[in-house]
Amino acid sequence: MIEIENLTKRYGPLAAVEDVSLTVERGRIAALVGTSGSGKTTLLRMINRLVEPTSGRVRIDGTDTAALPPHLLRRRIGYAIQGHGLFPHRSVAQNIATVPRLLGWDRPRIAARVDELLDLFQLPPGEFRDRMPHELSGGQQQRVGVARALAAKPDLLLMDEPFGALDPVIRAQAQADLRRIQRELGTTLVIVTHDMAEAITLGDRIAVMERGRLLQYAPPREILTAPATPFVARLIGTDERPFHLLSLTCVADLAQPGEAEGPPLAPGASLRDALALCLWSGRAALPVEGGGVVTLDALRRAAEGLPP
Amino acid sequence: MNPAAAGTRPGISRPALLFAAVGLTGLALPFVQFRANRIVGGEGLSLPDALGPWGWAAAALVVAVLLALSRVPPRAALVAATCGLLAVTLSAGAAAGALVPEGDRIARVSLGAGFWLLLAAFALALADALSRLALRPAWRWALLAGTVAAIALILGTGLLDDLSVMREYAARRDMFWREAQRHLALAFGSLGAALAVGLPLGIVIHEAPRLRGAVLGVLNVVQTIPSLALFGIMIPLFGWIAASVPGAAAAGIAGIGAFPALVALFLYSLLPVVSNMLAGLAGVPPGVREAAAGLGMTRAQALAQVMIPLTLPVLLAAVRIVLVQNIGLAVIAGLIGGGGFGSFVFQGLNQTAMDLVLLGALPTIALALVSGIALDLALDGLDPRKGHA
Ligand SMILES: Nc1ncnc2c1ncn2[C@@H]1O[C@H](COP(=O)(O)OP(=O)(O)O)[C@@H](O)[C@H]1O
Ligand SMILES: [Mg+2]
Repeated sequence: MIEIENLTKRYGPLAAVEDVSLTVERGRIAALVGTSGSGKTTLLRMINRLVEPTSGRVRIDGTDTAALPPHLLRRRIGYAIQGHGLFPHRSVAQNIATVPRLLGWDRPRIAARVDELLDLFQLPPGEFRDRMPHELSGGQQQRVGVARALAAKPDLLLMDEPFGALDPVIRAQAQADLRRIQRELGTTLVIVTHDMAEAITLGDRIAVMERGRLLQYAPPREILTAPATPFVARLIGTDERPFHLLSLTCVADLAQPGEAEGPPLAPGASLRDALALCLWSGRAALPVEGGGVVTLDALRRAAEGLPP
Repeated sequence: MNPAAAGTRPGISRPALLFAAVGLTGLALPFVQFRANRIVGGEGLSLPDALGPWGWAAAALVVAVLLALSRVPPRAALVAATCGLLAVTLSAGAAAGALVPEGDRIARVSLGAGFWLLLAAFALALADALSRLALRPAWRWALLAGTVAAIALILGTGLLDDLSVMREYAARRDMFWREAQRHLALAFGSLGAALAVGLPLGIVIHEAPRLRGAVLGVLNVVQTIPSLALFGIMIPLFGWIAASVPGAAAAGIAGIGAFPALVALFLYSLLPVVSNMLAGLAGVPPGVREAAAGLGMTRAQALAQVMIPLTLPVLLAAVRIVLVQNIGLAVIAGLIGGGGFGSFVFQGLNQTAMDLVLLGALPTIALALVSGIALDLALDGLDPRKGHA
């Protein structure tokens, strides 16, 4: 659990972050969104003390981060950034082994951990272990960057626009992988993004920032249905709102008794997918695997933010 | 970088025409100088003058090769230029052998302007062919080693022994090798000292930007002091230290000799070493630095494990600059009794014995060329992509 209390960072007269307080529960994902220059990176970097706060406090699992030497604190916190920051002179395995080596793990343990992570990120160890970073595609470099951040099994992972440099298809895949791995490991995750769709896809809670201030910190549904300020509403984009809302719920949650024609939808598919299929196939109801249907009417209600 | 592309018509390369012009001019000038003894004025002789019918044959061969160079592909040009170099060098040796009467220890045959122009023409053609060929590094290393071995072989066979430079060498064989050692010690010693001091200094001013202006400013000023002026300062200064500080003289400190020469070379080397170290560290991509700190490396660990290894190409470039510069500059040590090839150069200048000057200058040039090429090859060998995130 991370507790951020009245955190402020000033650069001269400018407050990059001003009096921000928020809590991220253990095992949850908090997404920081906001326009460029709103203070997201500064806030994130104060958690692992790459930036020292002007005032305020950060506690991780109850311990004040100011109590530890910064480099020891950082070895316990995973950190992944845009453009991956891989060490170009070190192989994939050596890059991933960075923090375990700093922590003094023995060789067999490090080697086993590297292979475990490469497997987790679907990079066959035999093929990738000894490659150099420049011999990887952008998506592979990014995965190695995240694997490196997770190498020493941190409870907390910080990511600063980790997918910013990826093309849309690889990006969607990377988001899905991150979600899967985060659930599997139970890691607490704070992720910075300027993309509202990414925040909605990944975040259990979304923190919206503007000019150093925290405007709203709430679950995605609440951000979408009850934006705290006009700025938050603008950031969501009013024309995107119904689709964002639909993407939050899965088909199983909206299914009702009944029968419909056509191939059945997976219960885990999002309502957004269901709507797309309805519109594309011209049907008013779709069958759901394991029984029940989703109707266009129900989808319409869900898109307005009304309960099923 | 592709001179072949500059050809006026297909098959004719413009640079090769230039080389041919240089070479043909060389043929028209005296190939060697003959003097009855070391001091008197000489008489310039062309290739045919010196070698008779063989000279005509050699000259014809040279003309043929020069003209052929403009129309052949780089591989053939490489072979042709190499043959040209061999022909010119061996002709000079043969001319000397033919001109000096058997048993005469006083008559001198020295190399004339024609020889040097021909040598330059073929060397240029060789370099041009090499750059057009764009050989793989392994081949270029092999060529460099082969060239050095070939020169050693030719000198070892004694084919050039009648040339006056080689006469000067024969008269001072022991001294030559002693001075060669001294020259290398001066060049490499000052490089080593500059690395030992300059690399840490570069790291310090990278970590403490406030010191940057002052340190680089001082080194810049040092760099601009002419070497003679630097000696003018050091000779009295070190002389005084040696005379008045107990133990200083025993430690090798002296106003003249190798010590001030070493110090001067060291001082001139500092700026390139320090500024390249600084540039190398500053050139590490920001994402890489941030990752090093974010993963929990201390400042020292980030420097040792990430930043400094990534400066390697820039450091090697500094070593190249400094080594080539110091091999050349070490000649001035001869001026203040510091030894090295400069001893022959300045002795020769005093006696107006140009052959003695050459005995100092030629090995200096060869050393600088070989180390420059070797370090260039080493630099090429580093994978450029590894240095960038
Ligand atoms: N080291 C610094 N010195 C001065 N100003 C800074 C520094 N770092 C960030 N800022 C300023 O703080 C503000 C917030 O920056 P940042 O946290 O990087 O925003 P974001 O990540 O949301 O784009 C910006 O106005 C930026 O110019
Ligand atoms: Mg940012």
